[in-house]
Amino acid sequence: MTRHVGRAELSLCSLLRAFGAKVWDVVMTQLLAIIIDGVVYASWLFIIAAGLTLIYGVMRILNMAHGSFYAIGAYAGAGMVGWYFSTGSVPWLSFAVLIGAALIAGLFIGLLIERGLLRFMYGRNEVVMILVTYAILLILEDAIKLIWGVEPYFAYQPYSLLGRTKLAGLSFANYDFMLIVVSTLIGLALWYGLNRTRNGKLLRVVIHDREIAQALGINVSRIFTITFLIGAGLGALAGALTAPGLSVVPGIGIEVIVLAFAVVVIGGLGSVSGALVGALIVGLARAAAVHLYPEVELFVIYAVMGLVLAIRPQGLFAVASARKI
Amino acid sequence: MQTKSILLLIGGALGLFVLGLLVPEWLSYLMIIAMGKGIVVLGVVLLMRAGLVSFGQGLYYCIGAYVAGTLTQFAGISDVLLILLASIAASVLVAALVGLLLCRYRGIFFAMFSMAFSMILYGLLVRSSVLGSTDGFNVLRPSLLGWVPSDDASSDLVLAVAVVMVMILGSLMWLYFRSLSGYAGEAVRENEIRVEYLGTSVFRIIYTKYLIAAALAGIGGTVTALVSGHVDPEMAYWTTSGEFVFIALMGGTSHVAAPMVGAGLFELLRTYAFAIAPYTWQMILGSTLLLIIIFLPSGLWSLVSRFSRQARG
Amino acid sequence: MSALLETRNLERSFGAVTAAVDINVSINAGEVVGVIGSNGAGKTTFINMVTGYLKPSAGEILVDGRSIVGLQPRAVVRAGVGRSFQVAQLFPELSVLDNVLVALGLSVDRKLTLLRPLHSQKRRRKALEILAEYEIAGHADEVVATLPQGVRKLLDIAMAMLSSPRLMLLDEPTSGVAIEDKFALMETVMNRVRKSNAATLFVEHDMDVVQRYADRVLAFYDGRILADGTTAKVLSDPKVQELVVGHHLDIEVDSADAYESTVVPMEVRNA
Ligand SMILES: Nc1ncnc2c1ncn2[C@@H]1O[C@H](COP(=O)(O)OP(=O)(O)OP(=O)(O)O)[C@@H](O)[C@H]1O
Ligand SMILES: [Mg+2]
Repeated sequence: MTRHVGRAELSLCSLLRAFGAKVWDVVMTQLLAIIIDGVVYASWLFIIAAGLTLIYGVMRILNMAHGSFYAIGAYAGAGMVGWYFSTGSVPWLSFAVLIGAALIAGLFIGLLIERGLLRFMYGRNEVVMILVTYAILLILEDAIKLIWGVEPYFAYQPYSLLGRTKLAGLSFANYDFMLIVVSTLIGLALWYGLNRTRNGKLLRVVIHDREIAQALGINVSRIFTITFLIGAGLGALAGALTAPGLSVVPGIGIEVIVLAFAVVVIGGLGSVSGALVGALIVGLARAAAVHLYPEVELFVIYAVMGLVLAIRPQGLFAVASARKI
Repeated sequence: MQTKSILLLIGGALGLFVLGLLVPEWLSYLMIIAMGKGIVVLGVVLLMRAGLVSFGQGLYYCIGAYVAGTLTQFAGISDVLLILLASIAASVLVAALVGLLLCRYRGIFFAMFSMAFSMILYGLLVRSSVLGSTDGFNVLRPSLLGWVPSDDASSDLVLAVAVVMVMILGSLMWLYFRSLSGYAGEAVRENEIRVEYLGTSVFRIIYTKYLIAAALAGIGGTVTALVSGHVDPEMAYWTTSGEFVFIALMGGTSHVAAPMVGAGLFELLRTYAFAIAPYTWQMILGSTLLLIIIFLPSGLWSLVSRFSRQARG
Repeated sequence: MSALLETRNLERSFGAVTAAVDINVSINAGEVVGVIGSNGAGKTTFINMVTGYLKPSAGEILVDGRSIVGLQPRAVVRAGVGRSFQVAQLFPELSVLDNVLVALGLSVDRKLTLLRPLHSQKRRRKALEILAEYEIAGHADEVVATLPQGVRKLLDIAMAMLSSPRLMLLDEPTSGVAIEDKFALMETVMNRVRKSNAATLFVEHDMDVVQRYADRVLAFYDGRILADGTTAKVLSDPKVQELVVGHHLDIEVDSADAYESTVVPMEVRNA
């Protein structure tokens, strides 16, 4: 730049600078919003997907009824929380009520299905098992309507209880931050459970090679039951944790199962760490779409999935293997 | 022999058409819907015979329906034949692309990815306000080669189209199932390695079947759209595809008539279930599905063939 | 003139397991080559690589001097290399006749005729003739899943032979077959193969069978080719006897040095 700067030029420069700063601001705010929303969404997805992928990894059952566990958790949690607040007790305990109710309902239904039906079908073709769990999903869908009716349930109290935080001019619900914490804790617990405990190691043997596991005298049947219960519990927990953020209506389970599926395939079916990465990818992609181009919100999720599969057909964290002949 | 079976077909078509005229309107409507879905299920069965369960035929069903909708509503084209051709073209075109990715997969992966692809369309449709978002939009009445039917005759035209489609497609598929190409599906289901080592591309076999199934689903969607006069994104939702799988399993895969009978039963069952106990429809579906998987893995048609075998001695 | 099949420094590993190293094999038209080697020696891996089922980690495979590395099995089959499988690869829920009809259609007609029925008098007759050549026509209407091992193996080979390969690779044609039936089965197979003028390579654990049918033997050991030469020479090779056969063989050979070498390991072992 020359020393003799005209007034017009000067004002143009400052104008540009101001414009740049403005754009920067908007972009950074957008980015922050996308990242936080994306991570919140990913946390929620991870809790659901972890259960789904764990059950598949151990039992080779792609459990469509996982969506129902989610819905049951949401209904049980929302229903109990609504009732709890109508009794006028200590508000803070509502979190325990929310989670407790969902876990009890989820574990109960999980036990019922695993012991009452699935165990008679072990060893069947994976596709047949999809159909079986699809049938269970259909049955549970109506069972939910019969138990809780078709009117929406609201359990907003725990959500508003935690208040909101202002960050760079944006307002975020603290409940959502809690979701991130809970999801992280679940991830850590799963990691610890799988890698550091005796049962977890047994589980990994079963995941790796069921025949070897049986030959080693591992009680595979018991491991199946436990796995299914953990999976069902995680599904119900995810339902309960989302319930305060939205209205609980019929069909939420059916909606969620395809989403969870997209997450687990991106990561690689059967891999828990894969589910984490898948959840982050889907979460961020969706948040970006919602903030930048809301029309493609759902599309983006499956487009990402398609992209990953086109490049790596077996998912990011699974290994492909050829049949030995 | 040839002429005899053709005469038989024409007779059957006429009989079905007359039956559709005689029964009460709601039943006639139900018949056409069942025929539309039956055609879609024919494609599902085709894939099942090759060992593939598609949870995503709703994609092409929906495309076929929306083609009928957009052509009549926005393009001013109402000719049934043109609409059908356009539906087939659109379905096959999309399938040609999707199939490139999808036909590499088998088992649960094929099932779930096909589902995901139909959800992509669903996701796009619910957000496209031009096409009525979640509500969808209305399909106008069709015409045939310049003949624009009156209000009453319109549903008769759709009935005739459905009957003719069922008969033609049913016979073609019947022939197809007994041909080498038909058996190639079974061969792939039974042993892909052997098929490859016979010098044939497994991918090509599956891809071809996928395209045919897509065309069938598109035609079925068009028929449904024309009779119901309405389309909405729900047609691409995965539960719609789940219904097709259900019907295929219920009917069985051993005969081309099985999907039609299955679809008919399905629609009847649904009508009564809704009337008698509103919140038990899916429960009935689910329980039936479980019972079929456990006790009747080859579908209801296996009962028919078992009885006819017994009758023959 | 280039060999029918030639491999150069073929290599393949699975993770830490090396299933093939330095495989240099050349097979000419008309040869009958026996392949021996203990379990896990890499025999099947060799066949899998040659037929395009497994991609070699390194090395070249030439058929008629042209590289076929990277081709899919179907392309290798069309180039004239057929194979049978250690575990017969069939269509288990179809009948034997339908197996052949489908195989005929897919490998010979090669036209996916959309509407012509698979079953016709003419094709049926042709299929039965083929079954008769392998002496299994009596099983034509049985479902494959119910067949005894021997019949399965024959059907497997029959299906592979349909495309008239110039080189046929048989992976343990007699495995799972009772000892007393092995020779009958091999007799059927080898008659059929000889009639087609195909060069043949067969994997076999039974040394009597190898001696009876092979002109030349390849001995695999731990992913390598331990010996390659005339049947008598290889089977009498002390290294082969020690590492592959596992016991002494009485080989009737004219060559004196070959005879000597068969005695040495016995002395060593007894010492
Ligand atoms: N697909 C595969 N994945 C991993 N390892 C493999 C695979 N195929 C073969 N191997 C390994 O490679 C080695 C050679 O196997 P191969 O099947 O070629 O042996 P073989 O000589 O045919 O033995 P056999 O007489 O038992 O048939 C073995 O250690 C085997 O475990
Ligand atoms: Mg082998």
